[in-house]
Amino acid sequence: MTSLPSTKQVLQILLLCLSLGFISNSLHAQEVVVYSARIEQLIKPMFDAFTAETGIKVKFTTDKEGALLARLQAEGKRTPADVLITSDAGNLWEAARAGLLKSISSPILEANIPVQLRDPQGQWYGLSVRARTLVYNKEKVDPSELSTYEDLADPKWKGRLCLRSSKKVYNQSLVAMMIAEHGEAKTEQIVKGWVANLATEPLSDDTKAMEYVAAGRCDVTLVNSYYYGRLIETNPNLPLVIYWPNQENGGVHINISGAGVTQHSKHETAAVKLLEFLSSEKAQNLFADINFEFPANPQIKPSPVVMSWGNFKKSSMNMIKAGELQAAAVKLMDRAGYR
Amino acid sequence: MSNEQPDNLGTKPLTSHLHPAYKLNDSVNFWRLASFFIAGIVLIPIIVVIFSIFTPADDVWHHLVETTLLSLLLNTFWLCLGVVLGAIIIGTSLAWLTAIYDFPGRKFFSWALLLPMAIPAYVTAFVVLGLFDYTGPIQTHFRSWFGADFNWIPDFYGRSGAILVMMLAFYPYIYLLARNAFITQGKRLIEAAQSLGLSRKQGFFKVALPMARPWIVGGAMLTLMETLADFGTVSVFNYDTFTTAIYKAWFSLFSLSAASQLASLLIVLVFIIIIVEQQLRARMRFAESKSSRTRYRIPLLGWKRLAACTYASLILFVAFILPCSQLLIWAIDEINKNIDLRYIEFLIHSLTLSTIATLIIGSIAILLVYATRLYSDNATHIAVRIATLGYALPGAVLAVGIFVSLTWIDTQLNQIILMLFDIETGFLIQGTIAAMLAAYLVRFLAVGHYPIDSAMQRVTRSIDEAARGFGLTGWSLLSRIHLPILSSGVFTAATLVFVDVMKEMPITLMTRPFGWDTLAVRIFTLTSEGAWTQAALPAIALVLAGLIPIILLMRQTEQ
Repeated sequence: MTSLPSTKQVLQILLLCLSLGFISNSLHAQEVVVYSARIEQLIKPMFDAFTAETGIKVKFTTDKEGALLARLQAEGKRTPADVLITSDAGNLWEAARAGLLKSISSPILEANIPVQLRDPQGQWYGLSVRARTLVYNKEKVDPSELSTYEDLADPKWKGRLCLRSSKKVYNQSLVAMMIAEHGEAKTEQIVKGWVANLATEPLSDDTKAMEYVAAGRCDVTLVNSYYYGRLIETNPNLPLVIYWPNQENGGVHINISGAGVTQHSKHETAAVKLLEFLSSEKAQNLFADINFEFPANPQIKPSPVVMSWGNFKKSSMNMIKAGELQAAAVKLMDRAGYR
Repeated sequence: MSNEQPDNLGTKPLTSHLHPAYKLNDSVNFWRLASFFIAGIVLIPIIVVIFSIFTPADDVWHHLVETTLLSLLLNTFWLCLGVVLGAIIIGTSLAWLTAIYDFPGRKFFSWALLLPMAIPAYVTAFVVLGLFDYTGPIQTHFRSWFGADFNWIPDFYGRSGAILVMMLAFYPYIYLLARNAFITQGKRLIEAAQSLGLSRKQGFFKVALPMARPWIVGGAMLTLMETLADFGTVSVFNYDTFTTAIYKAWFSLFSLSAASQLASLLIVLVFIIIIVEQQLRARMRFAESKSSRTRYRIPLLGWKRLAACTYASLILFVAFILPCSQLLIWAIDEINKNIDLRYIEFLIHSLTLSTIATLIIGSIAILLVYATRLYSDNATHIAVRIATLGYALPGAVLAVGIFVSLTWIDTQLNQIILMLFDIETGFLIQGTIAAMLAAYLVRFLAVGHYPIDSAMQRVTRSIDEAARGFGLTGWSLLSRIHLPILSSGVFTAATLVFVDVMKEMPITLMTRPFGWDTLAVRIFTLTSEGAWTQAALPAIALVLAGLIPIILLMRQTEQ
């Protein structure tokens, strides 16, 4: 004969259910969801290291910046995303402007990431630095001819310059920073000078531009330094040399790949922890090794290959300018006929 | 071609829209309502895009009007004209050759000429550009033979390169549809033309070509929409079009609303073209009294054999063998370094999505075609045409429209559940395969619709009347009479949809579940960072997977 469960048994079962619920809840908390515009190959190793160290799982999806921002906007309060990662400063600025990111304050992040590479309100933090610099053909250019970005507008470079299309955000950020430094009128003159000096139509990517320089179609071009690292790694015999411009004034133009915590993050603590980890020595070393980029954390050295390109002065302008002036830069390039 | 009685439109009750061939039957209303319902669903994301006109974006407009708008419109016009004309010439001529004549390798060419479809156009563009531009092996060799100043090969950038690559990438749409038309026309048509004293050439231009018009126009519409919506290929050539302006407004000027407004103009333009074409075609009939298949082909003799063979080889070589060989060389280089078991997963995901999407889109396309068969009123026709507009939008813009719609529906669902059961649920639809499939339906309904729609025009009304005499209506009329005759059109549609879904990127990227990557996603990830040699591996896998439906199709139509 079966008997009805006693009050004690009922309580025990209830407790069990509650604790199960609690466990599943806390398991749920051990997860952080990332929307990343940095591609899987360049970010997953850092996530794996984070999970190994903290036990917190990272669920992520990759897409273009514009799509990820539109996605966050559409999902609003219900978004599953905790962290947004982009590969440029402009889009982080735009995400913050659209109210998609949350101000966070973390002593660790503030110690690891220089002021210039993060949002003053703590809505986003740079994680790696990319330098947009000159690459020239050593058989055709005497390095003493080179000096600044602005100098590439000089008629002495007529028919000797190759540029990537103005549609790439790296060029837009560069021109935005030039507007911040020189104002629109002077920058437009410079960009017009570049266009007049082009040896051929603007090219579709940085690697192609360097291949054109190597093949002798033009003498000098403007690229992100990690593309140079990758190309030289596979073709060490190309006659290409990297050059750091604007050392007397302003410094080399830099951009960041960075991250912010989303406004409606459900796992804020874990999200901050992830950002802190990404700024830490372990992750910063991965950033340095994986893609020839410069660690954002000044205590961490770049990879030996990158170190061999020599020390240089970086621009000290705050990254925020790249976002604020991006639209102005795009319009300026349209006016100047830089396609 | 004979004139058809104009249909009575106006204030009569609903059933009076029924085509005269069908007796009044209220149950038939189902088809009409179903087509309205589907058009309604498919329209939601497009409305989301069009609604952007209520968000001011004057700033971007002013800038465009003052700087690049005129040249963008001209660029787009020349690109569309060049690509569509080129694709019509290549596609139709190859279809005529392989459908009517016999020459060495005809059987091989008839399916192999579809293969260029399986490579995403921007991959072909990158590879072909890489082979022919200044740093490519061809120009490099010429320079080593004739000296560094050798420069009579023009830079491949800009208009000519973009037109050439896109017409080679898109001609299979027209080839496949036109071939279908020529095969089902039968040789009897040419015999009839010859008995009237027309030469074979006259027979082609005066009889066969006009009779194949719905097919060729269908393929041309798909080509036009694909060209208008393209971003990847024109970017490789740095050729600025209306669509590059859409992406610039969104990604660079941070104005999604300006981008959507520009995209809305594209939809309006395509809609106008569709309606005009339909009006021009409205009074024509393309049916044959009996359906017949060519079993006997005209053998080509002498130099014509060689010419046919050379022409087909040349197109196949430039559009497929050349880019594919380069991809293979890269892939072999990479295979030891980067192959991992996940590729099996990517492949399974791609095949699963394509298969299910093909089944859904195919069935719905049949339903829509059948609805327009039963009802010849304007409302049904327009509803069906609207349902196919998603193909003309740049993929990423449509992806946002779809995503916003899905999220909205999901939020409403959540609120209902919260009200009824007091449970807070996450997104229920978004992030599922069902959401992806719905999104593909919006995007690719046109691709399913055009081939089946043109096949339906070959079925004479008298067949319907006869069937009706035997008491066949509704489902039984469709399944027992129409579907068997439509089968080649359905197979054509299925092949195109399958391959298109497998290549699709922006919608897949935005709606896929976490960690659920496909071959196309893999290609995007690698190419977006310039890792073209690594991208060769998933690209080759995509081509191989695309072979499956192409081979199935050919076995079906060759029998």
